[in-house]
Amino acid sequence: MSQPTIKQVLLDPVFNNNPIGLQMLGICSALAVTSNLNTALVMSIALTLVCGFSNLFISLIRSQIPSSIRMIVQMVIIASLVILVDQVLKAYAYSLSKQLSVFVGLIITNCIVMGRAEAFAMQNPPVLSFFDGIGNGLGYSIMLIGLGIVRELFGAGKLMGYTVFQSINDGGWYLPNGMLLLPPSAFFLIGLFIWAIRVWKKEQVEAPDFRMAPQVSKQEAY
Amino acid sequence: MEHYISLFVKAVFVENMALAFFLGMCTFIAISKKVETAIGLGIAVIVVQGITVPANNLIYTYLLKDGALAWAGLPDVDLSFLGLLSYIGVIAAIVQILEMLLDKFVPALYNALGVFLPLITVNCAIMGGTLFMVERDYNLSESVVYGFASGTSWALAIALLAAIREKLKYSDVPDGLQGLGITFITIGLMSLGFMSFSGVQL
Repeated sequence: MSQPTIKQVLLDPVFNNNPIGLQMLGICSALAVTSNLNTALVMSIALTLVCGFSNLFISLIRSQIPSSIRMIVQMVIIASLVILVDQVLKAYAYSLSKQLSVFVGLIITNCIVMGRAEAFAMQNPPVLSFFDGIGNGLGYSIMLIGLGIVRELFGAGKLMGYTVFQSINDGGWYLPNGMLLLPPSAFFLIGLFIWAIRVWKKEQVEAPDFRMAPQVSKQEAY
Repeated sequence: MEHYISLFVKAVFVENMALAFFLGMCTFIAISKKVETAIGLGIAVIVVQGITVPANNLIYTYLLKDGALAWAGLPDVDLSFLGLLSYIGVIAAIVQILEMLLDKFVPALYNALGVFLPLITVNCAIMGGTLFMVERDYNLSESVVYGFASGTSWALAIALLAAIREKLKYSDVPDGLQGLGITFITIGLMSLGFMSFSGVQL
């Protein structure tokens, strides 16, 4: 296997191999924090940083880690980074960290971080792994920010707290679609996002388990 | 007693782990193609959740909370920033111990759950349950109830989703939505259904 370049590992996960859209990783937090753009942005930045640096550190000590306890070592590194992020958020953006509640802590169990550490950082040199982590974080961020924009703009007529569409309650013209602020809409939107990506990139389409038989009755067939 | 029943019902239906808080989604989607495996995983989650939430509650109350170390003569120590690290350690350790115990004493159950047990360590529903317990300040008995209830809620959701997906594979889905896409939309509809519980008062 040839060594991938930095550009490849940075850009590939964004569209071609999106962690949420294709690899089904890290979906939990993608749904819960996207009801407004602010939390989505903070979450993306936090995850991208954690993912990048955990990859860097794990890759630095990858030849020293005995393979039987590698999971625990990875967990400890990731958990320490997450604690760092959590403390910084509590110190400088307390209200945001209250809004994100448990989801900052849940970066630890976010499959993207674990998955990249296990699949990429254990085999590749530090710098490359660092950019791979950042790239995957970006792929995740793009999905999150997209969802955040759609949900906040159409659900509340605002972006990052600033009014874009004046809503009817404030004497404007826009009737907010409250449904978009509720949890289920996140599922629908991700489903539609995946559909859009797959219409664009045909090779990602999954093969169905069963094909529908063409609908002909006996008489018509004769 | 009433308080605990209401806590249980609320955690299972109103605050469903998978459908209202989106926790444990990765495994939720990956392991829900067949009803039997889904139920197996569901039971494993109930067991692990029922043990880890109270265990973490004890650790939080007696070791980490602000002033919790007073019994050791250190009333000014606040270790709560170590929370995340110790919870994940406890979860990983308990899953490991459970795996060994089951292997030794209940091989039948071990064979049924075998593959799923390691997966549970990285299941956000387990970690999420613990974090919610800390955030809401449950005491020990409440956390026992909450642990079982939140595990049950997750198990219920994955069993239901698996049942739907088993039928779904016979339907004619547009190409781009095949697989992952249609699963998301199905979960969205289920979650919408579960939202109707949110008005339930006990």
